[in-house]
Amino acid sequence: MRGRRPKGLASPFRPLVKEGVMRIRDPDRVFRFVCWGLAVGLVALVVGIGLTLLAGSLPSLKTFGLKFLWGRVWDPVNEEFGALPFVVGTLVTSVLALLITIPFALSSGIFLAEYAPPKIAGPLSSLVELLAGIPSVIYGLWALFYLVPLVRWFEMKVGAPPFGLGLPTASLVLAIMILPYAASITREVLRMVPHELKEAAYGLGATKWEVIRRVCLPYGLSGIVAGFLLSLGRALGETMAVTMVIGNRSEMPQSPWDLANTMASVIANEFTEASRDLHLSALIEIGLLLFLITLIVNTVARIIIVRLEVK
Amino acid sequence: MAAETVVEPREPAIFDIRDLWAYYGEKPAIRSVTLKIPEKRVTAIMGPSGCGKTTFIRCLNRLHELTPGARVQGEILLRGENILEMDPVLVRRRVGMVFQRPNPFPTMTIYDNVLAGYKLLGIKLRREEADRIVEEALRKAALWDEVKDSLHKRGTYLSGGQQQRLCIARALAVKPEVLLMDEPTSALDPKSTAKIEELVVELKQSVTIVIVTHNIAQAGRVSDYTAFFYLGELVEFGPTSHLFTVPRDKRTEEFLKGKFG
Repeated sequence: MRGRRPKGLASPFRPLVKEGVMRIRDPDRVFRFVCWGLAVGLVALVVGIGLTLLAGSLPSLKTFGLKFLWGRVWDPVNEEFGALPFVVGTLVTSVLALLITIPFALSSGIFLAEYAPPKIAGPLSSLVELLAGIPSVIYGLWALFYLVPLVRWFEMKVGAPPFGLGLPTASLVLAIMILPYAASITREVLRMVPHELKEAAYGLGATKWEVIRRVCLPYGLSGIVAGFLLSLGRALGETMAVTMVIGNRSEMPQSPWDLANTMASVIANEFTEASRDLHLSALIEIGLLLFLITLIVNTVARIIIVRLEVK
Repeated sequence: MAAETVVEPREPAIFDIRDLWAYYGEKPAIRSVTLKIPEKRVTAIMGPSGCGKTTFIRCLNRLHELTPGARVQGEILLRGENILEMDPVLVRRRVGMVFQRPNPFPTMTIYDNVLAGYKLLGIKLRREEADRIVEEALRKAALWDEVKDSLHKRGTYLSGGQQQRLCIARALAVKPEVLLMDEPTSALDPKSTAKIEELVVELKQSVTIVIVTHNIAQAGRVSDYTAFFYLGELVEFGPTSHLFTVPRDKRTEEFLKGKFG
């Protein structure tokens, strides 16, 4: 279809059309070029962030090598840096948060997708999603004033050290913060279950619960699991609210009630005060580690989607 | 008005439908249908699109009411019991259904698909009993020879026609008294269609079949009785041979001649 652009055809490229300069196919080419460019730019940005982190952490990498990963001591005064307490703090709080959030996310997702009448489902879904829009510092404040006393009361009841702060509180805040993501994804995945399959099951005399449990959930399994992993990814990187309630103690936690610190929190807390190059570099290396862990979690989520996908 | 064009079947009736109305919101899709469906026969529900055929058979296993805003009025007696007053779950175990498009469960194997009626309800079967049910249902659905070596592959791996026969086997496995078929061949090629039609004729020995079709020739080939629906009303009902040769209502005659539809 090469040829002169017909006269009088409206087009955003109209001013550019000079006799014989642009052909009808040119906007197509321009569009493809722009899309390519932006997409490649985005990938380059991610690679660039990774490289910057790598470059910044070189001094620390050279000094500590792999020992950085399982070093248990974090001592800025004597310049000895090991990341294990933070890796543990991050993984423990995030995984606990996910475990706490799963039953709530599943049940609210199922309720919103299958049980709630449309008039209620709409506003309720928006409310759940609204939770995701609350700034994390507000979650932190709320947790300081309400969750901390509650956890302390509970710790006294069970005979644990009554810090109030620490791993349990941080996990609870995180659980609440990732709930809207996990619940929304569950709801969306369940909504995408083909109507024909549900009718087939109803036609065989299944009850609503049987249809949900044996048709909808298996069909949506890959999406739901992947959604939970993506929520885990969010929990791993959450900084502000966790910093406010975790206690910021840079030692290996000895029990689930202990004060601890996470990778994101230690960076936020110490970055501005890190006066020595090695300290700064060690913090950047923690950033690099966090970047990699998040990347791995997201990749695993992708793999699960592909592996478990129906058909 | 329509009464003299609706004939009583000679055979004993399994369904006795009295003054049935079905609505979507305020709009009636079925208007005052009174009809007896004979047992162990094939009854075709025929009519142009939008005439309420599908709505009608979806009332017979109470799937109609799953659509938001849908409701039903009247009486549908299944062997004398009004199914509108029964638990829909129990109705659907006695009245099975095959849908327009094949819909095997993609998460299950062929074997599990046949047993879906048991698995969904959490009924545990002994191994040999399960094997027997699967083989019997697949044989009845004329699918056994084609799939007996791939029972543990996914149901979606089959061709469209085979998937539809798998759905028939799934419905038969729970031993329903009535099998509803909603245009079961509309998504299939002519060869698969012929196979399903053959199967329908064979199956009436063991189960009552109500089949919706907009294909006049199909109704003629497979059914013993035909009901002609138009604009939500039952225009005419009678033995297929009579209805096709000497229709009593002018609209039936015009539809059969291909003047509309």
